[in-house]
Amino acid sequence: MEDKIKKVSIIISKGTLDGVYAGLLMANGARMEGIEANLFFAFFGLDAIIKKRMGKIKVATVGNPGMHMASLLGVLPGMSAMATSMMLKTMGKLDIPPVPEFIEMAADAGCKLYACKVSVDMFKLKKEDFCPQVDSIITVGDFYEKAAGGEIIFI
Amino acid sequence: MPLKQIGNATIDVDADGFMTSLSQWTRDIAAALAKEEGIAELTAAHWKVIEYMQKEFKENGAVPTVRKINKSGVISTKELYEIFPGGPAKKAARIAGLAKPVGCV
Repeated sequence: MEDKIKKVSIIISKGTLDGVYAGLLMANGARMEGIEANLFFAFFGLDAIIKKRMGKIKVATVGNPGMHMASLLGVLPGMSAMATSMMLKTMGKLDIPPVPEFIEMAADAGCKLYACKVSVDMFKLKKEDFCPQVDSIITVGDFYEKAAGGEIIFI
Repeated sequence: MPLKQIGNATIDVDADGFMTSLSQWTRDIAAALAKEEGIAELTAAHWKVIEYMQKEFKENGAVPTVRKINKSGVISTKELYEIFPGGPAKKAARIAGLAKPVGCV
């Protein structure tokens, strides 16, 4: 049997429901297996840790073949909100928490959360805009240091 | 089904070492399993979690998730990870004589 994975550093670069949840499930799942986990939020992924935005992450209904729905339909006002609401309901039944609660759960489980400095500067954000679970705003160099010796996953 | 010797008792376990028959469980077996999981001694906090998980299993037929355990008020997620380091859901379930949890949360 191969050596067990000891550490995983996950970059969440998208602000979509599937992008954010994929990252959170992997990070929380890692902690459940006793694997050290880092979450690095960059670009639109920052929405998942911004206090004002983290409760409003949606699923894309346009240009998303995975929705099994024509983009012409997906463009209609309210479609994204409806698709998101349906998905959240289904996930709730599987005991998957909403994003803010999931972030808190991952942090309590020992996952470290970081914001990408480039993205923070680009969007003109400050530490106060982020939820309290965010450990710090770090550079890509800092990220590589923290990820050293472990696996890196880009979402 | 493989058998496992714990002190004087013999228990049925699955391929991953989880008990398959809760009726065979005793507190002594729990303590022995805990040692195998790297927990030298079970404290009151451990027992509270074990008892809650067994109660949930008996009432709902499923091992509760970490989220459920946290919401129950029995223990916080943070403390749960402190007292069951390296994978609370699996370790606690094993020590409590329950099946391996099947969820991803």
